[in-house]
Amino acid sequence: MNSLRRTLLGALALTVLKPFAALAAWNNDAFGAKSAQDALKGIGATGAAPSKDIVIEAPQIAENGAVVPIEITSNIPGTTSIAVVIEKNPFPLAGKFDFTQSALPYVKLNVKMGETSDVRVVATAAGRHYAATKEIKVTIGGCGG
Amino acid sequence: MAGPMKMRATLAGGNTEVRVLMTHPMTTAQSGQPLHFIQTVTVKQNGKPVLEAQTSQAVSRNPVFSFRLKGGAKGDKIEVSWLDNKGESNRIEGVVA
Repeated sequence: MNSLRRTLLGALALTVLKPFAALAAWNNDAFGAKSAQDALKGIGATGAAPSKDIVIEAPQIAENGAVVPIEITSNIPGTTSIAVVIEKNPFPLAGKFDFTQSALPYVKLNVKMGETSDVRVVATAAGRHYAATKEIKVTIGGCGG
Repeated sequence: MAGPMKMRATLAGGNTEVRVLMTHPMTTAQSGQPLHFIQTVTVKQNGKPVLEAQTSQAVSRNPVFSFRLKGGAKGDKIEVSWLDNKGESNRIEGVVA
């Protein structure tokens, strides 16, 4: 392959990939982190204050770790982001949800849990971080899926 | 393989409830299969992005998400799209019932 062709292909790749990058760049550092602390550092959400205004609805005991339903509501005014961290998973950060315009700070999702773990939810409002934690016991781990 | 999506958008308690299902293997690094998972999910309401999610391999296979939008009306156009780590993507569009 000559260098001109390589340059052209590179330019083409940039043109094609750029819209996705602009959409929402996946946070490689945070999602690749192997501890909850590093994951939260990766999304810039350290030093969260405990809050009772974050409601985590999830089973206390999950029989199947492959599908653990978690429902999260932040009642903190002006919440713009919710991060879900499963502390004992190999890669703790499970998701980060950013809300703008009409989106309410609420999400329901199913996650995989390798073992019994605290699930920490960090909500961000006006640049400040708030956290709530719930332990979910897992009977059969679900990270093989 | 990544497959079709299903979506239901309804008015509930004055807000719009969006429930979306994505057909996707969501394989982990621990599974022994190639890592393949959805990384970003975008929700649009009448063409405007209102929610952007970044997700990991810890989201269950064939992900189901529920989201809520303040207010809304019957006939609002809702669009949900996803993009995975292999560059595959899909989208679904519907109206609030």
